[in-house]
Amino acid sequence: MTPVLEISGLRKTYRSRKGARNALDGFDMVVEAGQVHGFLGPNGSGKTTTLRTLLGLIRPDGGRMALLGREVPWHLPEVAGRVGAIVESPQFFGRFTAETTLSLLADAGGVDRARVPAVLDLVGLRDRAKEKVKTYSLGMKQRLAVASALLKEPTLLILDEPANGLDPGGIREMRTLMRDLSASGMTVLLSSHILAEIQLICDSVTIISAGRRITAGSVAEVLAQHTSGAVRVRLEPDTDQEEAARILREAGAQVTVETAGQLTVRDVTGPAQITRLLAQREIYLCELTPIAADLEDVFLELTGTTPVEGHHRQVDENALAVGQNGWGR
Amino acid sequence: MSLVRAETRRLFRRRLTSVLLIGVVLVLAAIAAGTFVSNEKAIPAQVAAAKQQAARQYQEAAAAAEVEKLRCLAAAPGSAEAANFPANCADLYTPRPSEFEYVWYLPETFELRDEFPEMISLFALLMAAAAYLIGATFVGAEWHSGAMMNLLLWRPQRLVVLGTKLGVFLGWLAGVTVLLGAAWAGAFRLIAEFRGDTGRMTSGVWQSFGLMGLRSLGLVLAVGAIGFALASLGRHTGMALGALIGLTAVQIGVYVLAGFSGLKFPEAYLVPLWGYVWLYKREVLEDWSCDGMTAGGDCAAETFTMTWQMAGVGSAVVLAVVVGAAMWAMRVRDVN
Repeated sequence: MTPVLEISGLRKTYRSRKGARNALDGFDMVVEAGQVHGFLGPNGSGKTTTLRTLLGLIRPDGGRMALLGREVPWHLPEVAGRVGAIVESPQFFGRFTAETTLSLLADAGGVDRARVPAVLDLVGLRDRAKEKVKTYSLGMKQRLAVASALLKEPTLLILDEPANGLDPGGIREMRTLMRDLSASGMTVLLSSHILAEIQLICDSVTIISAGRRITAGSVAEVLAQHTSGAVRVRLEPDTDQEEAARILREAGAQVTVETAGQLTVRDVTGPAQITRLLAQREIYLCELTPIAADLEDVFLELTGTTPVEGHHRQVDENALAVGQNGWGR
Repeated sequence: MSLVRAETRRLFRRRLTSVLLIGVVLVLAAIAAGTFVSNEKAIPAQVAAAKQQAARQYQEAAAAAEVEKLRCLAAAPGSAEAANFPANCADLYTPRPSEFEYVWYLPETFELRDEFPEMISLFALLMAAAAYLIGATFVGAEWHSGAMMNLLLWRPQRLVVLGTKLGVFLGWLAGVTVLLGAAWAGAFRLIAEFRGDTGRMTSGVWQSFGLMGLRSLGLVLAVGAIGFALASLGRHTGMALGALIGLTAVQIGVYVLAGFSGLKFPEAYLVPLWGYVWLYKREVLEDWSCDGMTAGGDCAAETFTMTWQMAGVGSAVVLAVVVGAAMWAMRVRDVN
């Protein structure tokens, strides 16, 4: 497949009186055509900086970027008409109506104004199109932002937190919209913190932390790479739980005793070995379930942002951050 | 062209643009109406009465002067009375008929030739104030609301976007100023016709009015561009308004410091004076510190003549620096 978005070695350093901070530290990303690609990272990891840099709002300090096969930012004006984007929170001039806002953007971008009602209908704002944007809720502004991105009928759609402020119904509609757009051949780059949504919608993901890519690939690959192979074992009532754990540990397994009658077992060659070992000692199981990692587990593990009881994690604390990110001289 | 169309629509759809423009039109209309009401055209009978009154005033003044002269002549040299008069009684003031113009005794009447230049400068002042505010909010509100960032996602050509916005604004401003200026001139021509005097209006006077109008247009455009550029630099309308306050403080400081340091003609550093000189073509500044004395020992003021060319060059430099800085910042600063 052809990449529609390529980033390699992207660097951006923010300088202030407090010193310099590497927001992007040699970041790489590739998005193939026709995919819905998830872009994940903790707060302050560099997601929005990446998107802003890609879209010409921020000047990079180094690295290479290409959109739709053209180097950016130099050739950005050539491809901007085929890239729809919303970056961070939706921002519009509050005194204009949604219809005026979009028709002004259509004029500025040389797009037919006749598309405005269609995209407003698509995002569910048709009946509120003539109201001023300042009267809109966050979710409605978000819908308007998505409508503005879709106005160009883009080849590549870049959405930064599109589900922000949406109600559950809105999130589901957004999910369906993403799928429909992808099915129509549009490539979608989706930055979000709602990992369950990403797992449901996306074909592939890139995870960023401290300005660097820490993993990338199809969702299935990323999950497979980080699935532990652990299984949850539930024993018959009145079974000696400690005895069962001892038997499995003697066979080399890592066993965690959970709630009554339940064990979590890792490092075994297969579920069959567990049943065999325990059955030989006349201990019988009533449930044996493989524990599959989800994207949230993988994200927390890779970014080192798993909450620890009694510790208030700071935004620059993550797996790669120590000594590399944050403010420094 | 699509960006020009979009920006033109955006400017026209902004409520503040309409409100300020309507406000300026109302103020101008109120001034014109006030001038119309407070002036009246002198009829021949009023002229005759005024001439009579002027002659009477002259005669009364001449009689009073004659009485004074007699008192002077009667005063014994060296007496206390003589101290109230000059040594030579012929030096006493003697009124002349030319000092009693009949027009002083006419009802208030609008003299187009003499009074219209002030009306042009008043028009320029009002339009410049509106231009500053409209220019500042046009781009400042765009930055503040995030609409500028949105626009840059559609047209990632920063200088083209800001330049087009500025060009559209200045084009619109020039059109509005010319239209309102023409209406303003027409209104006062009519006021002079019906409530004043249109005498002595040669083609040269009209040409002079036209050139002053052109300089007013230049002033309005320059002030509008500076308001726009300052708001763009600060990415907020408040930057332009704050800069006005800052400029006032700096001007006061410069004037006071110049006075303390003995610098001659400190008024020359006051930007508002540049505007005045630009409109009225020249202003003679005087320094009465009397470093030089005349042969008779009197204080002779040193003078410095500020011309509209000086004011124009100074203003052009300020304009170029501010607009240039706004363009440079647009080109290099990140949009966060």
